[in-house]
Amino acid sequence: MTPSRLLTPLGLGLLLGLIAFIVFGPLLNLALWAFAEQWFYPHTLPTVWGFDFWARVFRPRAGAWSSLTNTLIVALSAVALSMALAVPAGYALARLPLPGRHAIMLLFLLPQAFPNLPIFVNIAAIFHQLGLTGTLIGVVLVHALPGLVYAVWIATAAFAAADRNLEEAARNLGATPLRTFVDVTLPQALPGLLAAAIFVFLDSVDEFTGTFFVGAPEITTLPLLMFNASMGGNYQVAAITSLILLIPSIGFMLVIERFLKADVLSRIGR
Amino acid sequence: MNALSLSEVTVDLGPRRILERINLVVTPGSFTCLLGPSGCGKTTLLRAIAGFTPLSSGDIRLGERSITELPPEKRHTAMVFQSYALWPHMNVGDNLAYPLKLRGIPKDERTQRVATMLERLALGGFEHRSVTQLSGGQRQRIALGRALIIDPPLLLLDEPLSNLDASIRRSLRGELRQLQKSLGLTTVMVTHDQEEALQMADQIVLMREGHIVQVAPPASLYQQPADLEAARFLGVDNTVACSPQDPSALAGAKTLGFRTREARVDVAPSVNALVRRGQVTECVYTGDGYQIGVTANDQTLFATARTPVEAGRFVTLQVPESALIPFGPDHRYMPSLNAQEHTA
Repeated sequence: MTPSRLLTPLGLGLLLGLIAFIVFGPLLNLALWAFAEQWFYPHTLPTVWGFDFWARVFRPRAGAWSSLTNTLIVALSAVALSMALAVPAGYALARLPLPGRHAIMLLFLLPQAFPNLPIFVNIAAIFHQLGLTGTLIGVVLVHALPGLVYAVWIATAAFAAADRNLEEAARNLGATPLRTFVDVTLPQALPGLLAAAIFVFLDSVDEFTGTFFVGAPEITTLPLLMFNASMGGNYQVAAITSLILLIPSIGFMLVIERFLKADVLSRIGR
Repeated sequence: MNALSLSEVTVDLGPRRILERINLVVTPGSFTCLLGPSGCGKTTLLRAIAGFTPLSSGDIRLGERSITELPPEKRHTAMVFQSYALWPHMNVGDNLAYPLKLRGIPKDERTQRVATMLERLALGGFEHRSVTQLSGGQRQRIALGRALIIDPPLLLLDEPLSNLDASIRRSLRGELRQLQKSLGLTTVMVTHDQEEALQMADQIVLMREGHIVQVAPPASLYQQPADLEAARFLGVDNTVACSPQDPSALAGAKTLGFRTREARVDVAPSVNALVRRGQVTECVYTGDGYQIGVTANDQTLFATARTPVEAGRFVTLQVPESALIPFGPDHRYMPSLNAQEHTA
């Protein structure tokens, strides 16, 4: 065997190891911090391990429970709101002969095209006049805005991927348009719609800037709690919060892998 | 009374005219094939009957009732799609039961009727299979069963056999035809396969560029195609300009058409036959003989032979009069004197 042949698997292994370290290194550090009770400078590993901080985070008055509840309420409401708009919008964009279809699709992308800080500052100003700052409704609205982009685009792709012949077969055999939509189109588009809903959910769970400007200090979500904790140098609380935030992301990855099929993905943005 | 009648059916798609004043009558219990090359409008016509393509003008009647203004679900036609269009989120039994469910038939009866239909399709006990696990032929049968389960007054088939292997296709042709006959179902089928149309249909509607070229039973369509182009579509692959000594010349034919398998290069000369002398340019084995390419008067004609003929040899190509199809100066079919005697 020539040296270059030996080098190739070795180099590949090293490269993979490096990538794994870049990806998982910070996560490992997070896991260490979440279970560390004492970790001072010269030590490579924490000196005292335990669940003390977990107990502290989930103490009734610590605010973790209320921010967890807020996060879930806001995320689920944002999902409900964006899907309620995205399902009819996606169907119309995918199926009806709409003039300026592409312009409408681009319009939905606009909020993502601008830096979001000025957008949220302005939204906060408008919401303040409307009395929506510091309310759950205000935070839900601000979360639904970026969520709607994903939801409409993915829902459009999902409806476009649904086979029209299947709908025609149902109509032909006696189903009304509404019945066809419920019995045939919706089940066809369901995996894509589910993925869209999860996208919105995750986006909302992680959302910080909008919540900060519109909701704080009355409404605290997990990212805000985490922000406060790390600003105050409390790495344990920040680590525990981010571990909790990691759960939906991993679940999402699994669901995406299972449900979002290539034929739907290939139609996004068409 | 006619099962289906189309009068002056015209369909436009944007600025393009897809169908131009189609008139057609289908008798009850008959099997009609819409035949034509792709893009001739045959599928559009079928979809117009099913209600998926709106008419620009004209009328479609099912029995005595006009269905032109009805949405697809109120027409009670049953269509089998080229892609079968089985619902993948329902199993075989649910697919078959869905049209019954829409008609408010109670669950017990649905189960019963689905089981009976599956038996008839030779797929007994397939109720709980997923449709994605079925083979092409099985899917085709389920799609047919789903259409038949509502006892439709009209069955519409959109190239139902085109996605299948040649051998399955051949056996399904017979099965489908038998089922249609035994149920007395009025059927309209779209196909681009002339062999399929000739084998299955009572009546063939030959279409071209949004028009009907000819409506005829298979045998007369095959022997007396309306014009030269129709003849070419029906496998008349040789045409020669008529010369004075050829049969039918007296009657005024300008062009004679014939099929390769009717032309021989290895038979004794006979009177009343088309005769052309030429040089062999190619010889190809076809399974049940050889196809010979013959150049005569700067034109390549094709004939058959039992034994191979080497290229370069001079041969006499002969076609019996009965196999010749005469066309007039306008390229339209010209009934020969013999044929006129027969019909008289």
